[in-house]
Amino acid sequence: MSGKVTSISGATVCVDFPDLKIGDRVLVGTNRLTGEVVRLDGSVATVQVFEENRGLGIGEPVTTAKGPLTVHLGPGLLGGIFDGLQRPLPLLQESSGDFITGGQNPFPLDCTRSWDFSSAHKAGDKLLAGETFGKVREGHIQHHLLSAHAGILEQLNTGELQLEHPAAILEGNQPLHGWHSWPVRNARPYRRKLPPTTPLITGQRCLDFLFPLLKGGVAIVPGGFGTGKTVLEQTIAKFADVDVVVYVGCGERGNEMAGLLDEFAELEDPRSKRPLMERTIIVANTSNMPVAARESSIFTAVTMAEYYRDMGLDVLFLADSLSRWAEALREISAALEEMPGEDGYPTYLGSRLSGFIERAGAVETLSGTQGSLSMILAVSPPGGDFSEPVTQACLRVAGALYMLDSQLAHRRHFPAINWNQSFSLYSDTAMAHFSELHEEWAKLQARCRDLLQREEALREVAEVVGMEGLQDGDRLLMRTAEKIRLDFLCQNSFTEDAYATPQSTVEHIAKLVAEHDRLAAALDDGALLDDLLKEAADASL
Amino acid sequence: MRLSEHQYRSVSAIRGPLLFLERVFASRLGELVRIESPDGRSLSGEVLKISGGKVLIQVFGGTHGLDTRHTTVSFSDAVMRAPLGDGVLGRVFDGSFRPLDDLPMFIPEFRMPVIGAPINPVARAHPVEFIETGFSTIDGLNTLVKGQKLPIFTCAGLPAREMTDQLLRQARLPDGGPFVLVFVALGLTHFEYQFYRQTLEHMQSRFVAFINLADDPVVERLLAPRLALTVAEDLAFRREMDVLVIITDMTNYCDALREISTAREELPGRRGYPGHMYSDLASLYERAGRIHGRKGSITLLPTVTMPEDDITHPIPDLTGYITEGQIVLSRELHQKGIYPPVDVLPSLSRLMQHGIGKGQTRKDHRDVANRLYRAYAKGCDLRRLEAVVGRDGMLADDRRLLDFADRFETEFVHQGKKRRTIDATLDTAKTLLDSFREVAL
Repeated sequence: MSGKVTSISGATVCVDFPDLKIGDRVLVGTNRLTGEVVRLDGSVATVQVFEENRGLGIGEPVTTAKGPLTVHLGPGLLGGIFDGLQRPLPLLQESSGDFITGGQNPFPLDCTRSWDFSSAHKAGDKLLAGETFGKVREGHIQHHLLSAHAGILEQLNTGELQLEHPAAILEGNQPLHGWHSWPVRNARPYRRKLPPTTPLITGQRCLDFLFPLLKGGVAIVPGGFGTGKTVLEQTIAKFADVDVVVYVGCGERGNEMAGLLDEFAELEDPRSKRPLMERTIIVANTSNMPVAARESSIFTAVTMAEYYRDMGLDVLFLADSLSRWAEALREISAALEEMPGEDGYPTYLGSRLSGFIERAGAVETLSGTQGSLSMILAVSPPGGDFSEPVTQACLRVAGALYMLDSQLAHRRHFPAINWNQSFSLYSDTAMAHFSELHEEWAKLQARCRDLLQREEALREVAEVVGMEGLQDGDRLLMRTAEKIRLDFLCQNSFTEDAYATPQSTVEHIAKLVAEHDRLAAALDDGALLDDLLKEAADASL
Repeated sequence: MRLSEHQYRSVSAIRGPLLFLERVFASRLGELVRIESPDGRSLSGEVLKISGGKVLIQVFGGTHGLDTRHTTVSFSDAVMRAPLGDGVLGRVFDGSFRPLDDLPMFIPEFRMPVIGAPINPVARAHPVEFIETGFSTIDGLNTLVKGQKLPIFTCAGLPAREMTDQLLRQARLPDGGPFVLVFVALGLTHFEYQFYRQTLEHMQSRFVAFINLADDPVVERLLAPRLALTVAEDLAFRREMDVLVIITDMTNYCDALREISTAREELPGRRGYPGHMYSDLASLYERAGRIHGRKGSITLLPTVTMPEDDITHPIPDLTGYITEGQIVLSRELHQKGIYPPVDVLPSLSRLMQHGIGKGQTRKDHRDVANRLYRAYAKGCDLRRLEAVVGRDGMLADDRRLLDFADRFETEFVHQGKKRRTIDATLDTAKTLLDSFREVAL
């Protein structure tokens, strides 16, 4: 069965092809470019093409790939680098050179690699769809092979397993492979959602101490250009205490992706001491790669993330940046001549976005274990204006806001997280855990916020009367607050300081607060601040 | 595949730079067409959109003199390709690749599509090699590396032109090797072009120029940078040269994009610029870079004139989201007589971290740069306070920081037309920091 191209407007192509379904994957033209059906009108289907389609001609053939846009899930995804359609970029480089050309569809998993397959099941066992039927060792994790469909096990081929051969046979001579495919637009199922309870340690003092995230939680990171979104996302990708990291470079810079790939190849995971790439999946769709594939890239990535969550693992999904995804959605919507909403974005931006973000969460998996999928999503508001639709739509569903401030960035205060306007709804739950680590955690956090708040107020006074005009006690407070800002909240991602354990974080702030209290007590006893500071400076020499 | 060239005289409408054609048999998206006007003029165009037999064509060069009855359009069955070869060096072309230097067209060795394919992210080599520009504010605080794209954000009336010219004359690679320059002028005035001609002459024949002046066809402004980058990719990745691409001025490019978009009746976005401007700009800027296993590189230095000196205007804003940093010029510094008037606080080079330090510049580079930034940022903050309470009402340390900020501008930022080596830059910085040691910078 096939059809013909009847009209072309950019990446939106109309084809005369009866009996297609919305969401079907089709191959367009003689170059067989991948596309997805987005609209049907009689026998004419509108197709969004995911690859560069200049040169595509009217009348060229279109065939169906029978089924929706899917990803392939199985052992060997970790360490992989894919584009927005899950095509492995290293294989694309081998087959078509240093530049990406269209129409290539290599299989994303290595079918010839051998895995040591073991199973606790035996012939005759009943399997539910999505249930674990065996395990292989993938890097530092136990990779659960999940059953694509329900049935009764007839035979298990344990031992050496290659993905091209079936891992098991179900009753009715139905082969069960170690991999299966899943439509990217459908969230993978679980038994039920659980309330997130465990903190996700990012290693960033400012985040862990003031605005903690939970495993299964969602944080958004809006910031104008140059405020350090990418560096923050990449630093968290290196150090976060999770089992698997899925990093999506969505419409961002190619050189930054190259830097990330170089760095991750060399670094090791601080916990397992194995190469960092072994726990990472990278999806790269740089800003000059086709727009429609940018739209699909976050779905491709989140489906892989859910797959690892379903093994009972803690997965962190990082996207840089969600605004580029929204812009891709806007371009597609404009090409379809849909009625625009705010700033030209389609009116379904909010619902599409919340549908996506709700794929995060802590869950009880179909196998009965507990897994989590957390998200940290960068947003790039135009002109640094946070009132724009994407930031606002994200705010309605995110549990934490890490707002990046260009004033702080200009002063080279990194991470440039604005401590007044950021928030975390997970603070109270996280506190229960952190209080076990240090009983004063809650108190110290309140003190820290209070000092920073009072500095803000005093600064306004100082702008009127000058620092000379301030009382010693106020000057001390300004000094302590400055120390908190520069020593504690600032953290250089390019030095050893890039990662701080919660223990060192809380000790650090406890020390600063204790020194403040000691000097404040001395002031109360009649000492002069200048003398005290001179003493302290002499002591440190 | 069609066997012969198709010709049509079925133009149904002409609107601005767009031509609407009917009853076309089988056209391709992006197909190159040749248009013969009734008075015998020949123009080229590109297919933008096809709906059945109706074809929308973007015409390069003015549509003046075209009509709906006698204008002939021939379809080439191929996308637009740029002629390439060694003969391109030392030549000056217009926005449609026609020679402007009174010499005959060179003989192309081969042709490549002007819409380049994206570099596979795994094939990209991370840019790390330091380029010495001779400007302290760039080398010391916003270091440029080979394969980076770093725009200059300027305001009307500031000496971005002089800076670009000086940068071209004095930029050096770490091994001392020279650059090949690909120069793209978009909507430049004749007056400005006269100035750049001297720069080109200085480069002898190590340059290729694409010149679209202010009174040249607007649509060619969209084409010229793509031709130039196709040439640059050939020089960098086939001939293995280090290529510096200068595009001035991207603001004119974006205005041209807006003009075409409006003619196509696309939905206008912020300030009337089309919603796809980010992707469009990325398709130019992202062509900079290096590739594993190939010696050459493309370093891209576009100039962006910020309308109303506003950095949040869509053009600098979207540019900043794609490029690896920005060099921002300041009217205030310019009025103080400081040259180059680079405001280092909003300026940034994202790739600096890997291009400096031992083996690249100097061991102390990072530390010196951090201290300069901190102290200058503090000094600038205090200037607001000074405006309210006066210098006398301030603490001694704060007064010293104000002195530092002043001297930083006059001694470090300001360097006149003199070239500074990286050593001289760092030494100037250290002398400055040392004389303020007592305020614990």
